[in-house]
Amino acid sequence: MLSYCKKSLGIALWFVFLTFPFMVVRVNTLKDIVEWRWLNMLWVAIGAFLLALAWQLARSRQAGGDRSEASGAAETTRGLGRRLLADPQLYRPLLGLLAAAALSFPWLVDTYQANIMVLALIFVVLGLGLNITVGLAGLLDLGYVAFFAVGAYTYALVNQQTGLGFWACLPLGGLAGCFFGVLLGFPILRLRGDYLAIVTLGFGSIAKIVIENWEAVTGGAQGIANIPRPGLFGLEMSIDAVTTYTYYLMIGMVLFTIFVTNRLKDSRIGRAWMALREDEIACVAMGIDMARTKLSAYALGAFWAGLVGVIFAARNTYINPNSFTFMESAIVLSIVVLGGMGSIVGVIIAALVLILLPEYLRAFSEYRMLIFGAVMVLMMIFRPQGLISNQRRSYQRPAAAGEGGND
Amino acid sequence: MDYFLELFCSGLTRGSIYALIALGYTMVYGIIQLINFAHGEIYMIGAFVALIVSGVLTIYGFSGVSILVLAAVIAMIYAAAYGYTLEKIAYRPLRNAPRLSPLISAIGASLFLQNYVLLAQTPDFLPFPELVPEFAFMEPVAHIVGSAELLILVVSAVTMIGLTVLIKYTRIGKAMRATQQDMTMARLAGVNVDRVISITFVIGSVLAAIGGVLVGSYIGQINFYIGFMAGVKAFTAAVLGGIGNVPGAVLGGLVLGLTESFAAGYISSAYEDVFAFGVLVLILVLRPAGLLGKAVRQKV
Repeated sequence: MLSYCKKSLGIALWFVFLTFPFMVVRVNTLKDIVEWRWLNMLWVAIGAFLLALAWQLARSRQAGGDRSEASGAAETTRGLGRRLLADPQLYRPLLGLLAAAALSFPWLVDTYQANIMVLALIFVVLGLGLNITVGLAGLLDLGYVAFFAVGAYTYALVNQQTGLGFWACLPLGGLAGCFFGVLLGFPILRLRGDYLAIVTLGFGSIAKIVIENWEAVTGGAQGIANIPRPGLFGLEMSIDAVTTYTYYLMIGMVLFTIFVTNRLKDSRIGRAWMALREDEIACVAMGIDMARTKLSAYALGAFWAGLVGVIFAARNTYINPNSFTFMESAIVLSIVVLGGMGSIVGVIIAALVLILLPEYLRAFSEYRMLIFGAVMVLMMIFRPQGLISNQRRSYQRPAAAGEGGND
Repeated sequence: MDYFLELFCSGLTRGSIYALIALGYTMVYGIIQLINFAHGEIYMIGAFVALIVSGVLTIYGFSGVSILVLAAVIAMIYAAAYGYTLEKIAYRPLRNAPRLSPLISAIGASLFLQNYVLLAQTPDFLPFPELVPEFAFMEPVAHIVGSAELLILVVSAVTMIGLTVLIKYTRIGKAMRATQQDMTMARLAGVNVDRVISITFVIGSVLAAIGGVLVGSYIGQINFYIGFMAGVKAFTAAVLGGIGNVPGAVLGGLVLGLTESFAAGYISSAYEDVFAFGVLVLILVLRPAGLLGKAVRQKV
């Protein structure tokens, strides 16, 4: 313990040195003012000392746990999750409870909260969509939000030009996203890993710049306003009612997405994706058409993004390029990775936590992005496999007697 | 013709800045295959420390180019310290984790550093004190290449030559090359791999800080957000040249800078980033390993 304290003291001094120019001095070269804030030095020292102490204890516990119990800890947590999922007597009431909570949610809280929940659900679907590309197929996509923007702008523009309503535009947005997914997918089929990542990042930036500068069509930085909210057979609805309606729409959307991804996962193409993720060369050697597999993963991921893009535009009634920055792509990617790649439940939990937490951390509104960044780092260090690690499907002999051996 | 030369010089200037930052990316990537997304933030921190030092000194009445040198040295020390700490906290515990984990950690670290500077300092753009003197001998060509541009070109050229010498001829350079080829073998041969990685981060950070100080005094204003775009561009440059390849990063930076400069000058300045990424996509489609990268044959 004493050695920990000594070490923490050293770390605290190091951080005092490190943060000195930023925390103690504040210079304003516009007004020629220098502000000295010596008190901050004390706070940094105390904070760094305590954090260093906590860090060392956590690390030593993690290392100790790894040594003594080997994978024991992981086994029990996964065991709990698996037990919940495997035993119908346990998970059915739980699921029922969850469904009841989800259905009654908009009636229990005010419009503002419901609205935030809609946003969180939008990110759930985005996460699940990106999960297809990154989690299942292993294609790192850093420009995912571009497809989201494509969907949102498709709705806004089509509605503006032709007057088509929300429901007609919903599939259009999805198809537009899909189209751009294929368009991007084509040139980059040959690329691997990080090259792929940077090209998608470039594509995301290009999309944003085009939206920002093509003022004649997209309204430039000002964006497009007066986008109609989703309608129901031309029914007139108050703001409250329409929020509740959008909420249920999103719940339906999430269920639909879960259904589709779950079915896809076990389909021929889904298994091809996972094979691609595990080993590209072996995958091609097994006779899987790599071009088709990659393109389909991109196109499907983009399809969901386009679809929720339409809902996003309808929810906000206003869009501008600032909603589609790299930051959003990074957040969606973090949702997938923090949740556990390929795990549907994990992605949902991560999306809810990552989107709702900053909203309810408004009290620390200034610090929330700071905390968000720190949480991302800490999460990766202490639980790199994500909240819920994806369980590998294993086939037991008797269960798989009739099939198997086809792929 | 003058206009062409002007664009050429400004492209070269931009390109050498991109190259300076790209070197940090490429060296780190070459050794641990990590896209250090927070590298752009190290560049921003370097620029900010230089601004704080030179700002305080000018407000207290000092002036002259010696302040810029002092500010640059302190900025390099701080950037190195931040790079070292970053590696220790955010990347070292993840050395054996799945590939995406350090990437997410890097994005988190980048967000953290941005918001840290935002909260501790200010969200506004701050003007950099004007410290680079106009060189008198440049009178006839001054409209083509300014003194600040010339300074950038000379300093980056010297830095890059220094880096090449370091990697080629010194002990630590040898250790770095060995680690890059095969980390396990290098460790077996007695190379302290952890130390080599730390030093790689420190060198990359120092280069980024030099870039930050140069850009600060050239463009004249900085804020907490400048690291992001610079980081993306520099990474693009690194990929363009073939990531992991040191001369490739320089070439990629120059190609990128010239493309942007000419595209902005002859076509449209609003779309210059589109051209930058367009060239990237084009080159990667034609040469998937980058300009100077070797296509790696994977063994099965």
